[in-house]
Amino acid sequence: MSGGDFFGDLRDLYQEVILDHGRKPRNFRRLEDADRTARGDNPMCGDRMELFLKMTPDGHIADAAFQGRGCAVSMASASLMTETVKGKTPEEAQAVGTAFRDLAMTGQCPACAASLEDAMERLTPLSGVHEFPSRVKCATLAWHTLNAALAGAKEASSE
Amino acid sequence: MSFDVQRIRQDFPILSQPQHGKPLVFLDSGASAQKPRAVIDAMTRCMETAYANVHRGAYRLSEVATDAYEAARGAVARFINAPDAREVVFTRNSTEAINLVAHSWGRGVMRPDQALLISELEHHANIVPWQMLRDERGNQLRVCRVTDAGELDMEDLAAKLADGKVGLVALAHMSNVLGTVTPVERVVALAHAHGAKVLLDGSQAVVHRRVDVAAIGCDFYCFTGHKLYGPTGIGVLWGKLGHLDRMPPFLGGGDMIESVSFEKSTWAKPPARFEAGTPAIIEAVGLHAAIDYVNAIGMPAIEAHERALVDHAMRKLSDVPGLTLLGRAQDRGGVFAFSLDNAHPHDLSTLLDRAGICIRAGRHCAEPLHTRFGVEQGTARASFGLYTTPEEVDYLAGALVKAREFFA
Repeated sequence: MSGGDFFGDLRDLYQEVILDHGRKPRNFRRLEDADRTARGDNPMCGDRMELFLKMTPDGHIADAAFQGRGCAVSMASASLMTETVKGKTPEEAQAVGTAFRDLAMTGQCPACAASLEDAMERLTPLSGVHEFPSRVKCATLAWHTLNAALAGAKEASSE
Repeated sequence: MSFDVQRIRQDFPILSQPQHGKPLVFLDSGASAQKPRAVIDAMTRCMETAYANVHRGAYRLSEVATDAYEAARGAVARFINAPDAREVVFTRNSTEAINLVAHSWGRGVMRPDQALLISELEHHANIVPWQMLRDERGNQLRVCRVTDAGELDMEDLAAKLADGKVGLVALAHMSNVLGTVTPVERVVALAHAHGAKVLLDGSQAVVHRRVDVAAIGCDFYCFTGHKLYGPTGIGVLWGKLGHLDRMPPFLGGGDMIESVSFEKSTWAKPPARFEAGTPAIIEAVGLHAAIDYVNAIGMPAIEAHERALVDHAMRKLSDVPGLTLLGRAQDRGGVFAFSLDNAHPHDLSTLLDRAGICIRAGRHCAEPLHTRFGVEQGTARASFGLYTTPEEVDYLAGALVKAREFFA
């Protein structure tokens, strides 16, 4: 990978897993039979996503997928989120979201209980975003949108 | 005076401040330009030696400050070749100047059955005030198309003026995204032939071209100080005196009245009518210094430098693999919006920042234009000032090649 030195410490933000998920987001599709959907907008930069959730009869997230456009950070974050929340209850997914917002804003996760450890390990590559205050909302848009979908709201904004 | 860009760069203290340990390559002057020492010093000197409120004190210091404020008005009038300094209204910025016209001309002089005509390449500041007027008063809002090259579609303009119902054409003199310089003399002739007045948003143009409002023949012209190497918080609305005379006030308050009683107030004559409250005195002094600075270098020399720089940048940026320029207007200034195939503008901006390069990413307050060109995710934009060098353009082009590899 070239350009590492030229661009200083940018590898802290753009770790290989971020670039990979940014280029090839997982679960990037429409769920035609989704039970919950919400649209997320980042009006200042034009990032936009639509999130689809399929729930199991007992209230777990059976499947999560998204479509949209945005920077590598927002696409990677949405991609990692859909992978992370599958199989979780809404409460579990929201707890991960709360912990992730701490991680994105501070680089630390004081609230990370042992029960969140697996989920947070997957999301840790995004922790570098806390050094780029103008980019934190790129990483959190997907989680705002998840909250909106779970709460039955149609739209979320990172502003 | 010959144009020596290295000597000019020494006039701007910030240009010697490293960013992330690298030399600052500031390519966001289209958003706001850096300030020369002459502007910084003039504002400091005003506060240290010549500051009081204007237009009211019967004491020497207030007279000195009033003289400085009015001298700034005179300097602006000469800068754009306005026939009369009373035609120069100080505002906060271009946005406020356009809102002033939308309010006082749009609501006070225009009839609701007259249409407004703007274009696809406008900044939001020249879209939203007219939408608000439309929504409030019912004026039709027409939008002139832009060609794929990013130029004003003059046939469409003529077609949209043809029925004689357009009361006002509001148009950017130079696009803040495409760099396109619009053919304002032709637009004015066409508009006037169909009974429409013309407002030009000169926020970008006035920095790069000699502007002569008398020669252009427009009815209103506005620009902002901070893009012209002056301070924030000061802008200019120029309007023909006959128009300003017919317009009711924009904001009410002190300084804009002739007499006040609880039954009725009467308005001062222009420009005071449109300058309610204590104005931006220090900023006006700063704008005056900026105009003096630009004049001392000479607009023809600045134009020549930027023309060479634009040609150089067109070649260099066209050589960057995967780069697509937005718009290829024949007549253009130093503003380049572009997409890099695999890099989102925001990622690109963050990356270039670490190389010391400041560019803008997003839709540059021109969302409809980005929709028009099918780039809803926005673009990256490099914009030049009189201190920009060909070496900086080369450095940008090299960094873009590296950025593309980074995201490959």
